[in-house]
Order: sequence, then C-alpha cells, then structure tokens
Amino acid sequence: MFVELNNLLNTTPDRAEQGKLTLLCDAKTDGSFLVHHFLSFYLKANCKVCFVALFQSFSHYNIVGQKLGVNLTVARERGQLVFLEGLKSSVDVFFQTQEEPHPLQFLREANAGNLKPLFEFVREALKPVDSGEARWTYPVLLVDDLSVLLSLGMGAVAVLDFIHYCRATVCWELKGNMVILVHDSGDVEDEENDILLNGVSHQSHLILRAEGLATGFCRDVHGQLRILWRRPSQPTAQRDQSLTYQYKIQDKSVSFFAKGMSPAVL
Amino acid sequence: MAAVATCGSGAGTTGSAVATASKSNVTSFQRRGPRASGTNDSGPRLVSIAGTRPSVRNGQLLVSTGLPALDQLLGGGLAIGTVLLIEEDKYNIYSPLLFKCFLAEGIVNGHTLLVASAKEDPANILQELPAPLLDDNSKKEFDEDVYNHKTPESNIKMKIAWRYQLLPKMEIGPVSSRFGHYYDASKRIPQELIEASNWHGFFLPEKISSTLKVEPCSLTPGYIKLLQFIQNIIYEERFDGSNPQKKQRNVLRIGIQNLGSPLWGDDICCAENGSNSHSLTKFLYVLRGLLRTSLSACIITMPTHLIQNKAIIARITNLSDTVIGLESFIGSERETNPLYKDYHGLIHIRQIPRLNNLICDESDVKDLAFKLKRKLFTIEFWQAEVQKGVSRATFLLDGPRKKLFPCLFQLLEVACIPWLMASSSIFKASNIGLSPSYVTNSGFFSASRFHF
Repeated sequence: MFVELNNLLNTTPDRAEQGKLTLLCDAKTDGSFLVHHFLSFYLKANCKVCFVALFQSFSHYNIVGQKLGVNLTVARERGQLVFLEGLKSSVDVFFQTQEEPHPLQFLREANAGNLKPLFEFVREALKPVDSGEARWTYPVLLVDDLSVLLSLGMGAVAVLDFIHYCRATVCWELKGNMVILVHDSGDVEDEENDILLNGVSHQSHLILRAEGLATGFCRDVHGQLRILWRRPSQPTAQRDQSLTYQYKIQDKSVSFFAKGMSPAVL
Repeated sequence: MAAVATCGSGAGTTGSAVATASKSNVTSFQRRGPRASGTNDSGPRLVSIAGTRPSVRNGQLLVSTGLPALDQLLGGGLAIGTVLLIEEDKYNIYSPLLFKCFLAEGIVNGHTLLVASAKEDPANILQELPAPLLDDNSKKEFDEDVYNHKTPESNIKMKIAWRYQLLPKMEIGPVSSRFGHYYDASKRIPQELIEASNWHGFFLPEKISSTLKVEPCSLTPGYIKLLQFIQNIIYEERFDGSNPQKKQRNVLRIGIQNLGSPLWGDDICCAENGSNSHSLTKFLYVLRGLLRTSLSACIITMPTHLIQNKAIIARITNLSDTVIGLESFIGSERETNPLYKDYHGLIHIRQIPRLNNLICDESDVKDLAFKLKRKLFTIEFWQAEVQKGVSRATFLLDGPRKKLFPCLFQLLEVACIPWLMASSSIFKASNIGLSPSYVTNSGFFSASRFHF
C-alpha cells in the first residue's frame, strides 16, 4: 500500500470504512497500481479478500505485492485470500468440460449468458465461516478488471447485474467493501463500456480516476489522479468532494504531488 | 495431478520462477529462473535456455524479437509468456518482415517454431525467412564446432580429469549464442538451418476441412482449431513444464499471421457489428492464458486498419501485452514530403506491459521511423529536419523581408508537421538523468540511430 495515497484518502488499514464500493478507473494510462495498493491495504487490514484477477497471473500480483509488503502465497495458504486466476482458469474451462459449474463457465457458451456462477463463487468465498472465532475483520471483493468480461462476450447489463448482486451481498449483507477496476475507453466509442462505467460510478462511494496527462507522455509525471467522494460519511461535509493530484510511480511506491508541483520541475 | 498441484502456485509466472512457492518461507530474494517451474526441485534453478536472457529490471526472461533495435525499445526484448501484437501497415509490406525476423531468430537460436497462417503455407513462409548476418566471430565459432565434430582430434588423453573424457563431445547447439541478430532481407535463410529446426505449421485450409467435434461457443471454428493445435503442441512437447525430467528446456515461438482477417472466418474486418464480435477477443484471452503457463512467446500480426469497430481495437490492445503499430508512407501524402524522404514509415509503440512490476521500461523516444534499405531494416529516431541549418528562432527574428513568405512557409512546414504527427512529448521538459539502459541520449534534436 502506498502511504501517501492513504494520507490523501484519509484512511489507514486500522480504521477503514466498511460497506463501501470503490471504483478505480483509468483513461489513457494504466491504473493497475491502484489495484496493487488496495490489495495490500486490505490484506494488511486483516480482511478476508476475494480477488477475481482476470487480467494478470497470480505471480504478477505476488511479486508486486512482495514489493509492497504482503505475501500473497502465504495469505492464500492461510485462507485470508481467495484468488481466482482468470487466465489459468480460462484455459481449463475452454479445453476441458467441467463437471460442476465453473465461475468462468460463460467462456464455453455461445450466447451471452449471465455471471451467476461467478457470483456463486464470490459468495462462497466470502461467506463467514462459523468457526466461532472471528479471524478476519470484514470481507472484501476485488475485481481486476471488469472490462475484460465485456471482451469475453458478456453484455454490459449482465455485468451490472453481477455487480449489483455482489454489492447486495458483500457491502450490505456482510458489511464488507468492494473495489472494482474498469477501463475508460475515452474517445473510442465503446458503448457497452460506457454503460458499464456509468452504471458502476453511480453506485460507488469513492471513485479514483487515473488519467494520462492531456499533454502526452512525460517522464517525471506519469499521470493524474482524481479522487471523488460521492457519499461522504459525515452529513456536515460537502457533497461530492473532489481532489486532483499528479503522481509518479517508482519501483516500490507512488509519490503524489499537487498539479504542476512535480519535484523535477521545481 | 501432482504436476498441476506444484504448478498451481508456480505456474503462471511470467518469466521468473516463484519456485518453492508450494513450500513456505518464500522470500523476495529469489534467484530468477525460467517460468513454468512445475518441478519437484528443492530450490530455484537458474536454467539458461539458448537465446534468452533475464531482464535487467525485474529478472523477467526475455527473447529477442529478431530486431535488436526493437528489443531495446521494448526494454530488452519480448518477455516469455506474452503476446506481441503488430498492427499491420496498410498494404502489408513491412509487417511480414518483422514477422519473419521473429521466426528467423527462433531458428537461429534453436527454438521450436509454430507458424499459423490462413493465407500462406507455413512451409513457404519458412522458405522466405531472411538470412542471418553472422559476424566473423560467431561464424568462426560455428565453423569450429563443425570442425571439432567432424575430426575428433581432441582425443588427447586427459590425465587428471579423465572422467570428463567419457562425456560426449560438445554437440552443435544453436548457430549462435548471441541475443539478437541482424538479418539480411535480400537473402534467404540457408536450407540446412530450416531442416535442422523443429517447427510446426498450421495452415487453416488444411485443418478446417476435418470435422469439428467441439461444442459451439462463440469462437469461429478457425480460432478454436488454432487454440487446440497450440495447446496440443505445448502439452506434447512439454513447454508447460509438466515433465520435470526434461533436461534441456526450450522456448516455443508462435507466429500467427493476419489474425482477424476474413480468411480466418472472422468478420470484424467486414462488418461493424458482426455476428461474433467477441470471437477475436476471446481468442486473445485464452491464448494469453496458454502463454502464461508455458515457455512460449507469440507474435501476431493483425490488420487493424480494416477493423470497422474502433472499440474492438481498443479491447484488443488492452488484451495484448505489447502492441506496436506500423504506418507506412506508401500511398499517403507523406511519401513525397521532403521531411520524410529518408524513411519508409513510422513505428508507434502503443503499449508495453508492466509485468511483475509497477512500472515498465518505456522509451522516452516516441517519434520513431523505420526504413528498409536494400538489405537492412533500420529504426531511427525521427526528427524534423531544419532547412538549411538555420534554427527556427532565427527565422522569426532575422528573416529578411523579401524571403519572409517562403521562410514562413518552410517554418510552418517544419513546425506543423511534427505538431500533427509527433506526440506532444516535444513540448515536455527534456529528460533529466537518463538511465543507462537506453542506447542513445534523448533530446529532441539529437540524431540517434537504432541499428538493426
């Protein structure tokens, strides 16, 4: 987790809010550093995490996680992390018929079905274990990333239904958190992606938007991060507070600074 | 399967072995080795495969793309387990050259090849590969190997290390052990190199005639067949690390030509909202899944300029790891533009993956042009040539009146064209502190050459 980002969001692993949906979106740049941040953040907060990783392999997240101070292999063995590796599972689903329904069953179907098996998988992973002692604080669902589901043939409505079911279960019933990454296609008119992005933005409490700089590539400033709080917890606070920072990604951390205040320029 | 169990945590690596992941005490100080270490080794092994090298940044295992200039732009090479997507130029003249260089590099390094095409027979493609330019040193090595193999004059009796005498003589491995070779586009690769190599061909018209006994999903039959073929090869030749006894690991280089064109049975190049518009993206996803769990690298050329639906191009770019676009000047107004007279086209590096890392090795140089000389394919940093050695600033200040309009025209020509086509990195603060991994110094007005 990036300490500077924690300061900007005004949270720490100990006192994070529950029942929130966080949307990460990236436009013209790669926002995956935010996924790594939240993964390590919630693992350090001793939460039970279900990670639907559709974009990269397990070892990628593991190696980056080690740079950020968490060990995914150990977490998985302990039962803290339930990891669905999309790339590997898709090969299994595609080439061999499965007996029981697989979370990525829709890969074999000709028509756009629904994501019910995936939701069942998430619910099964995050349901509280009746062992008496409470090992983990609260459940968290992490999805990286949702736009891949559109590329794999699901309709935007089916994906929105899946998010709705997950939100009802994870955020409301189990009082957990959700973090979802969606790509913003920007100028390219990807209607389905826009529907999906708008739909999830309306349901989310916190939106982190990583954008590439409007002026193009820069070596010292990798992009701009917009933070938007949509339903602030305190009733007296302003509505829809928003902040903008620019950032530079380093090997193990990300440094944030106000616009135009990059250390390279000053 | 026991292999899967150990593969479960170890497989899916992209180049660095998280070996002993099944055991505890995994520290971050692991020696890097090739992926797919689904073996029962007790510790990580640093196995060196011919034609690969670990990346400087994160220990990722890299193979050469066949053009050393392109390797440098991609941060050292193409990572094993990833897909290199080449967006073809408009008349498909230069992208086959990159495709063939990739395959030729595989032959020179002794890798196994898998060539898939719907247009040409893979055997014909292999006949047309460019010949490697072996410099004198490696040629001497090659000749010496042949010499030693033929005349066992090294039968000198070893007195002390006599056990070594019983070992078999050094066999001829790959032709050259260097990483990245230069190729002569005007000559063909020697026939004996092709015959000595191990390759598999997938020619769609031959394979599609057989019956298809797979459940209908929304992939076109050609793609299904190709995926099954690739998976078969990976499984049979043990590129997925399932057989720990295999003593010498090798890399599988997959080349797929003109993917997405109508010859593959896909209609995304013909219709805007085709019947199976998800066919190609699903194919790419499953292919990437296959690659991530095996020691292979893939090059795909795709005629993206024909795809009607731009949203699909964005999705395809997101689903691929490395994306390069070629834009040739043929038929465009730039062909006669004096600014571009030395070059044949532009290369756009659209995406470089971040593997096992938060950052990637992006090149600072964004304005790249290529040219195909008689023999060699060169990639160079393109710069706007300033007319007659006078800088822009003095044009504005000191231009004599009567020549003002021609000067202004030249100024506009020099100023506008880069404005239109080059990225706005021109206007950024120039680089501060270059890392040594870049070949040349940056800066807008320096002429740098990436010799390929």
